Amino acid sequence: MTPLEFFPIGLRFENIEKRYGGLLALRRVSLAIAPGECVVVAGRNGSGKTTLLRVAARLVRPSSGTLSFSSQPNNGEEIAVRPGFVAHATMAYDELTAEENLLLFARLLGVAQAENRVETLLHEVGLSERRASLVRTFSRGMRQRVAIARALLHEPSVLLLDEPATGLDPQGVAWLAAALRRLHDSGRTILMSLHGESEISSLGTRAIRLDAGSIAADTRTGATFRSILTFADA
Amino acid sequence: MMKNVLAAVAVFLLLGAAAYASFFIAPTDAKQGLIYRILFLHVASAWTGLTAFFICFIANLLYVWRRQPRWDWLGVSAAEVGLAFTTVVLVTGPIWAHPVWGIWWTWSPRLTSTFVLWLLYVVYLMLRTLVEEPDRRALFSALFGIFAFIDVPLVFGSIRWWRDQHPQPVVMGEPGSGMDPIMYKVLFFSWFAMLALMTLLLRQRYKLEAMRSDLETMQHELEEA
Amino acid sequence: MSLLPNTAVLLGKELRTEFRSRELLTTTIVFILIVIVLFSFTFDPTSDESRRFAPGLLWLAFLFAASLMLQPCFLREQHNDTLSALRLSVSDPFAIFLAKLAANTLFLLLTELFLLPFFAIMYNVPIVPVLHWLILVFFLASLGISIAGTALSAISAQARMRELLLPLLMLPLLTPILVASTEVTKALFDRAPFVQWKGIAFLAGFDLVFLTALWLFGEYLLEE
Repeated sequence: MTPLEFFPIGLRFENIEKRYGGLLALRRVSLAIAPGECVVVAGRNGSGKTTLLRVAARLVRPSSGTLSFSSQPNNGEEIAVRPGFVAHATMAYDELTAEENLLLFARLLGVAQAENRVETLLHEVGLSERRASLVRTFSRGMRQRVAIARALLHEPSVLLLDEPATGLDPQGVAWLAAALRRLHDSGRTILMSLHGESEISSLGTRAIRLDAGSIAADTRTGATFRSILTFADA
Repeated sequence: MMKNVLAAVAVFLLLGAAAYASFFIAPTDAKQGLIYRILFLHVASAWTGLTAFFICFIANLLYVWRRQPRWDWLGVSAAEVGLAFTTVVLVTGPIWAHPVWGIWWTWSPRLTSTFVLWLLYVVYLMLRTLVEEPDRRALFSALFGIFAFIDVPLVFGSIRWWRDQHPQPVVMGEPGSGMDPIMYKVLFFSWFAMLALMTLLLRQRYKLEAMRSDLETMQHELEEA
Repeated sequence: MSLLPNTAVLLGKELRTEFRSRELLTTTIVFILIVIVLFSFTFDPTSDESRRFAPGLLWLAFLFAASLMLQPCFLREQHNDTLSALRLSVSDPFAIFLAKLAANTLFLLLTELFLLPFFAIMYNVPIVPVLHWLILVFFLASLGISIAGTALSAISAQARMRELLLPLLMLPLLTPILVASTEVTKALFDRAPFVQWKGIAFLAGFDLVFLTALWLFGEYLLEE
């Protein structure tokens, strides 16, 4: 199966609501992200950042509302899209090696010439030497790199990252920032949640703050980057 | 309020009529004397229980498809009501068996299958207590309810086949046991009365569940605020 | 149609993982051995009685073992949230179930076949003349147990008291398998062994019904 031709894709949340019992994790969130944008989502723990990303990844089914992807900024034709997703958790098997993990997911995704692709990615994320080590033996930073490699296997047009810098040392953060910059420059749409200002947040072309499941501020509607990213924890 | 009272009275009258018919209209059985009349309660309860479980099944399917809480309310109500009637079957079984056969339990097809059925829906209710998040609880119990119900014919079929290999003392009204036509009429009337009772119980239980669910939602909203 | 290729890839992963550690296989085998020995204390294992009780005991042991063996099935996918990774990568979530139930059927079958000679020796039942039929019954029954068990383990993995819950969910549901397998096995252990075709057809029917149900409803079991 040949991978989709890469072209920029945007996503759109329309009145997305997610409730867990009596708890509303997302309250009628509407958000349009244009192709190629790099959007940073800030917010306290429990504000709904993770839920928003998981809805975008189609892992979480919203209680109501729709999510759509298109190559036009507004209401383009809908396309079937498989975003790349990096979460808190490694999303890789501890009992398999880095290479085995990536090969597994590459084959499931139907990536053409899986072995070559895995080889390339291992090199890109700097894990070539540890390819035959079990993921169980990896440090947090190395796990994060496996996660990113996995997310990039099928060359996704849309990347979703949930607090990707957590647990990374300064070198790791620098590496991640550089990698994300390259991806953004190549036209990929990025939606990522962050905790505060950093090398990574400066990549954003737009920032949004979530507060108790609603969008409280958006640089598109006048708020400043700084104010969104350096909110005070109440 | 008045409607509820009238409905309850109507059901009560129906049940009374069915009881009367069981004792005075149905002919006497030569071999078993008075005790066989429990058959009308026993078999009618079995059929009513199955009807309730069928309603549960439909509610489960509708919940998975529509995700509206009321189908979950109907599902759990139907399961509980069905379980109540099924318990009656399991209790009247020994009451019938002991005077007739001298044993308390017979592994006849109906009793055995009913026991498994009873266990299936007890587990359904237990599952609900072990999943805390309401939407997931509703979804999982609906899915298990679907699996359980499609299992029912398989359970009954396999146990009936097993009975053919190992003949057991037969409760009256088992397939092939043969009954007087008047007995059939009384049986169907008893079933009709039981269905009326089932409907009444379902409505009450459903309303209770709706209230309980509203309360749960309000509690969560309060906690959040 | 990438359902089958996906299933094959996932099945490879399941098998590789298990054969590396062999945890499930070894613990299941030991468990069944213990049960078989314990059962022997409940009746006199002379030739006649054992022929009558043996099939039922065998299948009870397999069922209990399965209800324990199937617990880690989805539970282990919670570690590192690998289940999400799978859901993101496969085109049809049914592939996840198909691969797991195929692997579980294989594991069950392997433990059953491994223990069969021990069982035959301890309870004095002749298996060689009917071995191929026994394998058929074992396969069909194990398939049914795996289909139901794999589906239910997706539920129990997300509930409280999951260790007790899975057997509770599985055992009543699998009553038909217990009944049919016992009867067919009993016929095969008989002095004049014969094949209970009705039982075998029944097992196949059970498998088909639940496989279809899993195909229809599986994705909801994985929903968040």
